[in-house]
Amino acid sequence: MSSIMQSKNMGARLDKLFRGTTMFFAFLVFILLLGIIVTLFVGSLPALKAFGPAFFTSDAWNPVKIQFGGLVPIYGTFITALIAMVIGIPVSFGIAIFITELSPTWLKRPIGIAIELLAGIPSIIYGMWGLFIFAPLFADHVQPWINDNLGALPVIGQVFQGPPMGIGMLTAGFILAIMVIPFTSSVMRDVFEIVPTMLKESAYGLGATTWEVVWNVVLPYTKTGVVGGIMLGLGRALGETMAVTFVIGNAHELSASLMMPGNTISSALANEFTEAVGDIYTSSLITLGLTLFVITFVVLAIAKLLLIRLSMREGKQS
Amino acid sequence: MSQLNNKRYLKRKIINNVTLSISLLTVLFALTFLVWILWTLFSQGLSHLGLDVFTKMTPPPGSSGGLLNAIVGSLYMVLIATFIGTPIGVLAGTYLAEYGKSGWLAPTTRFINDILLSAPSIVIGLFVYEVAVNSVGHFSGWAGALALSLIVIPVVVRTTENMMQLVPSTLREAAAALGAPYWKVIVNVVYRSARTGIMTGLLLAVARISGETAPLLFTALNNQFWSADMSKPIASLAVVIFQFAMSPYEDWQHLAWAGALLITLFVLTLNILARTIFRSSQSQN
Repeated sequence: MSSIMQSKNMGARLDKLFRGTTMFFAFLVFILLLGIIVTLFVGSLPALKAFGPAFFTSDAWNPVKIQFGGLVPIYGTFITALIAMVIGIPVSFGIAIFITELSPTWLKRPIGIAIELLAGIPSIIYGMWGLFIFAPLFADHVQPWINDNLGALPVIGQVFQGPPMGIGMLTAGFILAIMVIPFTSSVMRDVFEIVPTMLKESAYGLGATTWEVVWNVVLPYTKTGVVGGIMLGLGRALGETMAVTFVIGNAHELSASLMMPGNTISSALANEFTEAVGDIYTSSLITLGLTLFVITFVVLAIAKLLLIRLSMREGKQS
Repeated sequence: MSQLNNKRYLKRKIINNVTLSISLLTVLFALTFLVWILWTLFSQGLSHLGLDVFTKMTPPPGSSGGLLNAIVGSLYMVLIATFIGTPIGVLAGTYLAEYGKSGWLAPTTRFINDILLSAPSIVIGLFVYEVAVNSVGHFSGWAGALALSLIVIPVVVRTTENMMQLVPSTLREAAAALGAPYWKVIVNVVYRSARTGIMTGLLLAVARISGETAPLLFTALNNQFWSADMSKPIASLAVVIFQFAMSPYEDWQHLAWAGALLITLFVLTLNILARTIFRSSQSQN
């Protein structure tokens, strides 16, 4: 009798121990985020003390005179991500529509897998392909055309004028677009699939075409999820490192033209961090890293909140 | 009147056909790049992927060699990162799936974990630099493995939680009714039925870190010579590819293409393997 009691006590104690262990590791994940922010903040203090908030508005980058400002890489990060979004969003949308509404059932899986393989290719491969294969073609065939046609436009023309070098912000943005397509399109596909069949069939029954069903029924129903998917892609595009480092040109100069080389936060880190000499130089790079982390954190948090909102609405309805 | 209606109908039909054709084109657009990149890798890399790549060390510029030290370095770091990251990820995922119904910790951790899943890997590298390189004073293989393990953890947490939630609660109740304490229910029943799913997540995590370059740049650094000492800078396939591809030397660029082909084949095979394993386990149930 007492041995049964003992083993019951033992079981209860082990239960507590197991729960405590799993809780500890969950807490560890939680602490990891705080750890990253605090560590990077401490690391960026010397630069923030030296330059103050002007660090974020200055385009200086002079290791010899020890003058640093984050404007050029921050600007480049946003511009390349923006280009990626302009190209990536419509393409992802098209792919998601094709998979959910048009594709015959037997074709859905192979296409889905092929698109996901695009996400599986390491980013350094995109970089090599971009530098050796894509950039020369882009310089020879696409950029002259852009120069002649878009470059002649009034006002916005200068954005598209520049030497056809192949490398630069436009190339980087284009390659980023290909890299974010799998992420954005897979979220869009998932949210399109939750639209109740009855809703779509009602619209078809009223005589709507497939496009009208997508535009007037599916999209309004899933818009929070679609925006969530876009934000997820944006978060990826902002933080992508290796692919951009190969083709961005690594120039600390601000220029209006998208054809010109530039820099992003992540490629500045990849190129310069191990070579940075002196506390202020290193600390300036860490400040850039912290900035990147905060930006992506906010973008990804918004993405997550939007997706949670959509799934909560789903939960209430079903 | 009927003519007007016909015209309208025609217009709607044309819009429909145009937009749906564009949708087909977007799929072809994405597939083109997949095929183009893979074709580039094979045409540039296959001819340089000889036995030398696996038996010789990385050469100085201008001479021939292989990638042996880089391959071994990558294997070491990926293995160690997986060994560190898996138990942490599985246990944290267990908490989220099994004990996460009340309290603030589980929802917060879940939210943070999903953000870490997409966080820029170069920032992870920066963090590990500050924690494990700057404080020690030198780059090391351990720091590289640590950085990679921080990328493994969120992937494993996410898949573990998802897979454990798929286990029907009747199974847990049946085990509990036999008098099993909860930890035994989890270990003997839930883990066992979620096993293939968790394995899938693990394979995907390994695939992800095998191609990672950014977090290794300033943690493991690089090493041109043979070194299996984890407390010293160590070469990795990804960083060597980066260095060699950016160099002006043709021998180095050729090796970079061979390495690129190798790493991509490895990563894509793992990806497909993970999906096949998962799919066959799903169809069994």
